[in-house]
Amino acid sequence: MKKQLLLSTVLAFGLTGSAFAATVDPADTLAETQSFSFWLLDSIVTLDPQLIESVEDSDVARQLFEGLYTESAAGDLIPAGALEYTVSDDKLTYTFKLRPEAKWSNGDPVTANDYVYAWQRLVDPATASSYSWYMELMQIENATAAIAGEKPPTDLAVKAVDDLTLEVKLIQPLPYFVKMLVHASVLPTHKATIDAHGQSWTDPGKLVGNGAYTLTEHKPGEKAVVTRNPMYWNNAATVMETGVFLTVNDENIAFTRYEAGELDLVGIPTGMYPELKASRPDEANSAPRACTYYYLMNMDPEKGVEALKNVNVRRALSFAIDRNIITDKILESGQIPAYTLTPAAMAGFTVPPVDYAGMTQEARVAEAIRLLTEAGFTTENPLKLTLNYNTSEGHKSIAVAVQQFYKAVGVELTLNNMEWQVHSDIMHERTYEMARSAWCGDYNEASTFLDLFTSSSGFNDVAYANADYDKLMADSKTMADPQANYTMAEELLAKDMPIIPIYHYTSSRMLKTDIKGYPQQNVFGNWYLKELYRATK
Amino acid sequence: MFSYIARRLLVAIPTLLILIVLSAVLMHAAPGGPFNSERKLSPEVIANLTAKYGLDQPLWYQIWAYIRDLVLHFDFGPSFKYKDRTVNDIIAQGFPVTLKYGFWSFIIATVLGIVAGVVAAINHNKATDYLVLTIAIVGAVLPGYVLAPIMVLFFTLYLGWLPGGGWEDGEWRYLVMPVLALATGYIASIARLMRSSMLETLNSNFVRTARAKGLPEWKVITGHVMKPALLPILSYLGPVFVGMVTGSVVIDMYFSTGGIGKSFVDSALNRDYSVMLGITLLVGALTILFNLIVDVLYAFIDPKIRY
Repeated sequence: MKKQLLLSTVLAFGLTGSAFAATVDPADTLAETQSFSFWLLDSIVTLDPQLIESVEDSDVARQLFEGLYTESAAGDLIPAGALEYTVSDDKLTYTFKLRPEAKWSNGDPVTANDYVYAWQRLVDPATASSYSWYMELMQIENATAAIAGEKPPTDLAVKAVDDLTLEVKLIQPLPYFVKMLVHASVLPTHKATIDAHGQSWTDPGKLVGNGAYTLTEHKPGEKAVVTRNPMYWNNAATVMETGVFLTVNDENIAFTRYEAGELDLVGIPTGMYPELKASRPDEANSAPRACTYYYLMNMDPEKGVEALKNVNVRRALSFAIDRNIITDKILESGQIPAYTLTPAAMAGFTVPPVDYAGMTQEARVAEAIRLLTEAGFTTENPLKLTLNYNTSEGHKSIAVAVQQFYKAVGVELTLNNMEWQVHSDIMHERTYEMARSAWCGDYNEASTFLDLFTSSSGFNDVAYANADYDKLMADSKTMADPQANYTMAEELLAKDMPIIPIYHYTSSRMLKTDIKGYPQQNVFGNWYLKELYRATK
Repeated sequence: MFSYIARRLLVAIPTLLILIVLSAVLMHAAPGGPFNSERKLSPEVIANLTAKYGLDQPLWYQIWAYIRDLVLHFDFGPSFKYKDRTVNDIIAQGFPVTLKYGFWSFIIATVLGIVAGVVAAINHNKATDYLVLTIAIVGAVLPGYVLAPIMVLFFTLYLGWLPGGGWEDGEWRYLVMPVLALATGYIASIARLMRSSMLETLNSNFVRTARAKGLPEWKVITGHVMKPALLPILSYLGPVFVGMVTGSVVIDMYFSTGGIGKSFVDSALNRDYSVMLGITLLVGALTILFNLIVDVLYAFIDPKIRY
């Protein structure tokens, strides 16, 4: 027997939010030209949803494809390709009722088989997607075996019961399963198009999507243009006619082009936020983002650093860093000092008051010196460590500041910058001492961060292994309200200090005042062109 | 002459083959790989990726397969990073862009550089000479990454004359800043080279003889000085031309032209082996070709050289 769960809430989001489409404020008159120009820092790598790895590619793909659910500014789910879902009593089977009027841009109806195809494609070894693990994270039955090639992708437990009913089987209950459906990897794709064109199916003219827009132009490294899709089920409610994605590799040039009116939205170059916020408060905005910046300390039993295996040394290294100086004097865009791994911005997550967050910086430094002395390190016999970071001015400024903080407690930090490919190799091989790292959540739930440091996690580059932590995280998966476990997990992280959280990211952007409906507050930066419009100035 | 050209073109084949082998070996020797990501990928995913792109094969086989596909199908393979594009796609899209702005930069740099050099040399140690020299030095020390943002600020923001970036198939308004930014440094070098080469020629014996027999100065310059003075410039222009038409990462970065220079640098940073190899080959082949063209031109200009 299956029971209706969450359905009413999900529908309620849809009704209260602005969400299905652009909701034009009655006080606004629409501008004649409805076009929005968005900044991309890098050229688009791929528009194939199952191959997408970057945030920026997702920004474009979100306009061209529509998944089962989209997300409101506040992070609430909005039914999109799906109308509703039910979940079985054992919480292992999800059944989605799909929207019957949904169509592909070539006129074909969107059916459950399109989702089945896309999801199987994601795990298919022939696709070789770097994000295939997302299906494992979603706990879908047979995902692991399919990725390993032990079972055919068709064994993935995703089934089209009929054209409008999609059934998914999980191997263990996952309270936030539906939230994971917003991700680009699980967007549906059109089999006939991919079969017909192969690798080049994402070219303008060939690409068939089910989103509110179609791709009309793509010049890699220069720009991509999307134009309203007349086949989209809710096209009548779309206001914006075109979206232009301009690649500008330099943030200062991008800002100049914003000033010249070529871009409607840009990131604010480092250091300019306070001034712009003061002089142009209507355009400058900074909002929390679901990302955390941290330093790793290698405590691998064989390749780790002896001193870093001492928990007191790790705590001292964390205490010695004055996070407020980093956020207020170096970054200056409203970033939030981090004492926990998970940012407060995650939906439903309350940041626990971990012990050292409440101390003054003087007290932390005093404690750091005490702990280091206890461990046998003093200014005469300093602890010597090397910090690796990937080449970037931003990482460098922070590393230099940390070097100074450490000097004050008698730790000699050598800075070692390297290109990203080498840096990531060294981190994964655990042949570093300390390393700069960061993570942006994949879905709006604290576990997207906390799962990183379970002993079996693919991200656990510090070799942190605490059975209690693993158990807390494993148990949280079946709890109705996992906050208690998340609190304990964060407290364990603060106690064991396998990593040093430094700050939580913000997105600081300039947005033209005549663009309305942009979800500034969305912590993933998920935005949908169909919800925007341009008012007359 | 024709047998000489044919011989040179034949020698190009083993040269390019050596270039492929050397580049491939060096690329694979560099730490890091094309599939590195934030997350340490599971061995199964890595296995799927390496199998898809043939990286599970021994290196000699990969090189052989590369050369085979190149010769038989003119196929440079898939990009490891840009997964819905092939190297052929990337070159086909980016090379015409750089060819266009590179070509115009070359024309402007050569013409202005030579004229400035000649003017400076003729007015040796006079005000004009010093002016040209000063401009040349300023041009030479202003790198593209300084000049480009200043130009965007000036022409786009303050004057509002030109778009701040983009390409639009090389429409002239999009072409002006990339061309000027790329050409400036070269104008300066060419002017200085031309000036010193002119001065040297002006001091040679045959010029003294020409003047002694009473030829007017303009005839001395056009009839006797220009040709020999151009020779060192010519050998410099071959590689400059190749460098310009194969793109500049600075231009592509600051003006969002979508050219091949940025792709080349990115491919090295991303360890996108196939793109790196493809563009290396393109640059290599063009270098060989233009060195040959320069050598042939030499024979026309310098009567002492005969092949």
